[in-house]
Amino acid sequence: MAHESSVDKELNLQGEVCPYTFVKSKLALEVMQPGQVLRVIVDNDESASNVPRSMQNEGHGVLGVEKLNDKDWQIIVQKA
Amino acid sequence: MSTQQPSKLERLQAPITVLDFSEEEIRRYSRHIVLPEVGGIGQKRINRAAVLVVGAGGLGSPVALYLAAAGVGKIGIVDNDIVDTSNLQRQILHTTAAVGRKKVESARDTLLALNPNLEIVPLDLRLNASNIIDILSDYDVVAEGSDNFPTKFLVNDACVMTGTPLSMAGIFRFSGQILTVIPRQGPCYRCLIPQPPPPGAIPSCQEAGVLGAMAGAVGVMQATEILKLILGKGQVLNGRFLLFEALQMRFEPIEVKRNPECPVCSDSPTITELIDYEIACAVQPPTALPVT
Repeated sequence: MAHESSVDKELNLQGEVCPYTFVKSKLALEVMQPGQVLRVIVDNDESASNVPRSMQNEGHGVLGVEKLNDKDWQIIVQKA
Repeated sequence: MSTQQPSKLERLQAPITVLDFSEEEIRRYSRHIVLPEVGGIGQKRINRAAVLVVGAGGLGSPVALYLAAAGVGKIGIVDNDIVDTSNLQRQILHTTAAVGRKKVESARDTLLALNPNLEIVPLDLRLNASNIIDILSDYDVVAEGSDNFPTKFLVNDACVMTGTPLSMAGIFRFSGQILTVIPRQGPCYRCLIPQPPPPGAIPSCQEAGVLGAMAGAVGVMQATEILKLILGKGQVLNGRFLLFEALQMRFEPIEVKRNPECPVCSDSPTITELIDYEIACAVQPPTALPVT
C-alpha cells in the first residue's frame, strides 16, 4: 500500500478483543501528533470493522483496512 | 521577576504527554477512555487529582463512591462520627457490619474494595478554623456534604481564601440543592446566604427527615460536577444554584451572580479570618406547661 512507508507507529493488538482494540488504538493515537499515521494489527473481524468506524467517528482519517492473512487485518489511521 | 503560581484549576489542566496505564487500568477505565470528552488524557487527569470529601454521610457516600470508581487518585474523607444504624437508610458507604466503627475507616475500606489503586486518606476529625487551611493544601477540589451550617460556611470561606473549587450541596426531606463555587469566578455560598441561619430557624437534624435516595440523587450530581471540573469539560453550576424537588421530579436552576458586597469573596471582604460557628442541632428546649 502506498502509505506503508509513512507509518509513524505500529500497534500489534493480536489476541485483543473489542472494545479494547479501539481503546488501545485510541490511547496510542492520543500521544501522537496531528497528521501522524498509526498502523494497528488485529486478528478478528469484529475489531477490523469496529476500530475503523470508531476512529472515523472521532474525526480521524482511516487510510486503509486490509486483510493480511486468514485472520489478521491491518488498519491504517491518520490522526486528525 | 516573580511568576504567579497557577491556580488549582490550572494545575488540574496541566499537560499530559505520557499515557502509561496498566492492563487493569485500561480495562477498569475503558468506558471513560472511549468518551471523546475524556480519553486517556482525561483519565490521567482524574487519576492525578486529589479531592477532599467533607462528611462521610448521606452526600459524602455517593460522592466518594463515584469519585473512587472514576479513579480519582487521592480522596480525603473528613468525619469524626461513628456509624449508627440510623445512617444506613442513606449512607451507602457503610454496612450493618460497620455499625460502631469510625465512619472514615468504614469509608476507606469500602472505597479501597471498589478501587484498590487509590490513596484514601481518612481524617477522623472535625474541620475548624485551625486545621482546615493546612488540610486544603493537599487537595485540588472539595466536595462539601456536611449536615450543619457552621461546617458549610467554614468550608466555603476557606475554599474562597485558598482558591479551591468547591461543590456545595444539601438535602432535606424530598429536596436537594447544589452549587459549584469557583472562587472569585462566580458566586460563593455567602453570596446566596451571607450568614448562617440562627439556631432554631431550621428543624433539628433528627426531626426533619430525608428520603434516603435524595442523598444518592444529589451526591452523584456533586461527583459529576467535580469530574467535569477535573476534566475541564462542560458547564458546571458556577453561577447556577440548582434546586431539585423529587416529589414532582422538577429541576429548577436559579441564576446567581457574585455579590459585590459578599463578606468573603468580594474585592473588599469584611471576613478575612475563618470563623468557628457553634454547631447547634436546633433542638428546642422544653417549655414547661402547668398540668391542669
